Amino acid sequence: MSSIIPADVEPPPSPEAPVRRRQRGKGESLGRYSVRRILTGLGTTVFVVVVNFFLFHMLPGDPLTNYTRGRNVDQNQIRELRKAYTGPLWVQFKHYIRNPFSSHIDSAQFSQPVWKVIGDHVWPTLLLVGTATVLSTIFGLLIGIKAGWRRGSRFDKWSTGSTLVLYAMPEFWLGMMLLILFSTGLGPLPGLFPSGGVHNPELSQSSPAGVLSILFHLALPCATLTLIYLAEYSLVMRASVLEEKSQDYLQTARAKGLRDKLVRRRHAVPNALLPSITLIFLNLGFIISGAVTIETVFSWPGLGELTYEAIRGPDVPLLQALFLLFSVAVIASNVAADIVVASVDPRTRS
Amino acid sequence: MTEATAGTRYRSPRAIAWARRRASWSSSWGIFRKQRSGIAGVIILAFFIVVALVSPLIWPASDLDVSQATGPILAPPSWAYPLGTDYLGRSVLTLICWGARVSLIVGLAATAISMVIGTLVGIASGHYKGLIGAGLERLTDWFLVIPFLPLAVVLATILGPTLQNVIVVIGITSWPGTARIVRAQTLSVGARPYLERAKALGAGDWHQMRRHVLPNVMPLVLANTTLTVAVAILSETTLAFLGLGPSDKVSWGSILEDVFQNAGISQGAWWWLLPPGLCVVLVVLAFTLVGRALEVVVDPRMRER
Repeated sequence: MSSIIPADVEPPPSPEAPVRRRQRGKGESLGRYSVRRILTGLGTTVFVVVVNFFLFHMLPGDPLTNYTRGRNVDQNQIRELRKAYTGPLWVQFKHYIRNPFSSHIDSAQFSQPVWKVIGDHVWPTLLLVGTATVLSTIFGLLIGIKAGWRRGSRFDKWSTGSTLVLYAMPEFWLGMMLLILFSTGLGPLPGLFPSGGVHNPELSQSSPAGVLSILFHLALPCATLTLIYLAEYSLVMRASVLEEKSQDYLQTARAKGLRDKLVRRRHAVPNALLPSITLIFLNLGFIISGAVTIETVFSWPGLGELTYEAIRGPDVPLLQALFLLFSVAVIASNVAADIVVASVDPRTRS
Repeated sequence: MTEATAGTRYRSPRAIAWARRRASWSSSWGIFRKQRSGIAGVIILAFFIVVALVSPLIWPASDLDVSQATGPILAPPSWAYPLGTDYLGRSVLTLICWGARVSLIVGLAATAISMVIGTLVGIASGHYKGLIGAGLERLTDWFLVIPFLPLAVVLATILGPTLQNVIVVIGITSWPGTARIVRAQTLSVGARPYLERAKALGAGDWHQMRRHVLPNVMPLVLANTTLTVAVAILSETTLAFLGLGPSDKVSWGSILEDVFQNAGISQGAWWWLLPPGLCVVLVVLAFTLVGRALEVVVDPRMRER
């Protein structure tokens, strides 16, 4: 580090500390910051991997009996289980740490390698949660901008009130309410939408009718998730628009003679977007962990429902792999959020 | 004695401190009172607390007993059963009122755990420089990134479904947010002159943290507490819905689990589904509103807005 600064510029008595401080003050370069951030992310991953081992070794009962109870387990699997679950703890840990990401033990319920089971369930989750994330981001930001810009207006009062209510809602309850209203049908309301699943099994998934059927099945769970996610985006966006509204540069923009709409669109919103960008990237990590309860309510065969089944089992190898996957996804999105924000706003690097 | 003889002229330091405290409480209350939503939150909470306290006096615990249920099965609301009955013939109204007890107890107790851990870790990591501070900060960051639901699920599976365990699980998974806020506040307090004065007079770490940092962090913790209760109640509902709640207790989440597991939706039993969710929304909303109002009291910058 000291080689970057020429020695003759400033001969400090103890070279290490002052040099480092000066570099911090200037703000480090984006590449440097990214590398540092990725390294801390890896450190966190190591922590999660270790936690994942000890957490599941605290489960009561003998793992071997738990796993094999009432099932046919082939010899190969039993050998793997012995290796993983017998002997002193540190031997087990050594066995685990050698290959934490590709478990040799099959899922207890599916009798298949856990990562294959997970792979089969990824797509429905990405479809459902991905769509809901895009929709809720768009609507949430628009609502937040409008509410914050016209603070105290009727629109603001209504939207803030209803987002707070949505925020206070257990998401699976909202899902069940929509189900009872639009799938079972109440009173004069006919049951329009299907109560669960991804598509009509009689139709081919690639035919136009099949695609329509998927959209039809997607409607209710996606609406539920969009409403729930929307609340957070609009509240955050509203708060940051309020923050920007009192800034002097908006006065300048108005003094230039810009119309209110342009002041908002060109000046206020781009600056106010920063917290929302962080939030969007942070939430990307949760796309993969999906919505455990919503997928359960709508029998949507994604990772969330898989988690529910693994809990009900309990299917320890599967739960362990899911826990690892979800944690790593969140860590990765955290790192991504920090790097993106740092590239958009250099102030955060200093 | 000195206080009595000196009259108004001399007041002991303690008396001065109390007078100041009283003044600050009353001015805080003045700010809080002006916020209608905060007051509405307080009223809703008072209502639910009364319900939770008196419900055992009105309905004996045997009304929740599966084997002693007398009502018709899945009956819509009537005069005898104002909110109808569930799949076992129990009155939904009774279930809801008893459920308020578990939901509130879990929410409050879990928050207490989370606050104590969060405040201790936050203050220590902000106050101690060097290895302890950095280590605690790392620990907070690590816990912050572990996704809540999987961790809670795993812990609940490991510990087993009892009331205490659910409280512990929610408590130890929800402290990092508090710790982070408290740490930031501790750092800002640490830079103020009076702490330097305390240090110059020879105050030890413990004295500094207890007498100078903690009082300055407390208001923030208080505002954060009410928001954490809201989250904790939602967490309890979710855990119970996933079948990880206390198996012998009725809570709003466990009623919703019953609805889901016993075909309440396909039979259109809205009277069974609607009330527990509505109660959760009201209570969580009330805590959120109170928390937001307290934030305004604590943070003067939010007042003009």
